Amino acid sequence: MSMPSRMPEPYGQGGGANLADILERVLDKGIVIAGDIRINLLDIELLTIKLRLIVASVDKAKEMGIDWWEDDPALSSGARRNELARENAELRERLARLEELELGRAPEESRVLKEGRASKDGSAPKDVREESP
Amino acid sequence: MTGLRYVYAVCHPLGAPLQAALSGVAGDPPRLLTHRGLIAVVSHVPERDFAEEPLRRHLEDLDWLTATARAHQQVIDALTAVTTPLPLRLATVFRDDSGVRVMMEEREDDFRRVLDRLAGRVEWGVKVYVEAEAQESERAVSKPASGRDYLMQRRSRARAHEDAWQRAERFAGSLHAQLSAHADDARLHPPQNSALAEASGQNVLNAAYLVPRAESEEFVEMVDRTKGQEPGMRVELTGPWAAYSFVESAGEPGAVETGEGA
Repeated sequence: MSMPSRMPEPYGQGGGANLADILERVLDKGIVIAGDIRINLLDIELLTIKLRLIVASVDKAKEMGIDWWEDDPALSSGARRNELARENAELRERLARLEELELGRAPEESRVLKEGRASKDGSAPKDVREESP
Repeated sequence: MTGLRYVYAVCHPLGAPLQAALSGVAGDPPRLLTHRGLIAVVSHVPERDFAEEPLRRHLEDLDWLTATARAHQQVIDALTAVTTPLPLRLATVFRDDSGVRVMMEEREDDFRRVLDRLAGRVEWGVKVYVEAEAQESERAVSKPASGRDYLMQRRSRARAHEDAWQRAERFAGSLHAQLSAHADDARLHPPQNSALAEASGQNVLNAAYLVPRAESEEFVEMVDRTKGQEPGMRVELTGPWAAYSFVESAGEPGAVETGEGA
């Protein structure tokens, strides 16, 4: 086999590719041969976890394409949940104030309203979240 | 030292010597085991680390795994400089030389077929990232004053992300088409997780291209020209790699990543 003399210098950071690039290839590509020492790399707990970290699944990528922002850690993290919780608390407060106002004006009607609300209370956060803008 | 045999790769007999002072996994310099006109590149490794039980334990240790993966890759790199190796997956270990010979006999036809297909070719990795800064500025919005505000902001953020995503998809798609046209073969791999890859931004294209050595320089220049072409997108090139992404014969499980994706 003839080898051309000229090859571009290796690319990558500091002469070497990053760890994810290397692991992606040596763990996930390359020829699989069952040696005498049988280790199924996917049985290794850490490896499985790390591989999942390195290589997001294709499904995930598609999911990101469809609903990318939902996948954003800054939005899906605790911060976002706190935001919703705060929002809910605020809305409940406003609703309570409105009910009080209503109560002053028309006691009959507001009691009905209040009861109606009380029965739905548990699902209130969900309602707020799903309300379409 | 006897120990076990760690196999890195199978290839045709080398036309040039391997670089001197090459140390393999566990520090043992790789040796060439010739059998039926093919060679296996092997290291002697101690049983205390590479027998089944200790190996399994070691693989759970990310530092050990990192060092071993780098040593493995270093040997493959050295081989790639002088020949076209078929890289084996990490931690392929046999009891002794005769175990390696038996394996080579069993897989001989397969090895020769793939070696022929890959002869004189290397793999280049190309990744496209949507820069983190672009995402950040879209996220830098004021605190919502009301639920309505919040939902509106959420929607506009979603729309901005959607735009960025679509732009990235268009860019990655046309780049992939252009590079594929100048490569003998191409594979799309799932995007890497940025946190572990220690790269900034969102990986939207993670592709491998099989390119003849003689055309590699041109290929690299082509990739270089796309860098900075599209604002907010970063193009990264790695290689030349052994043809890791192209070693599986058609129909084998490893070949399923081919096809559409990003």
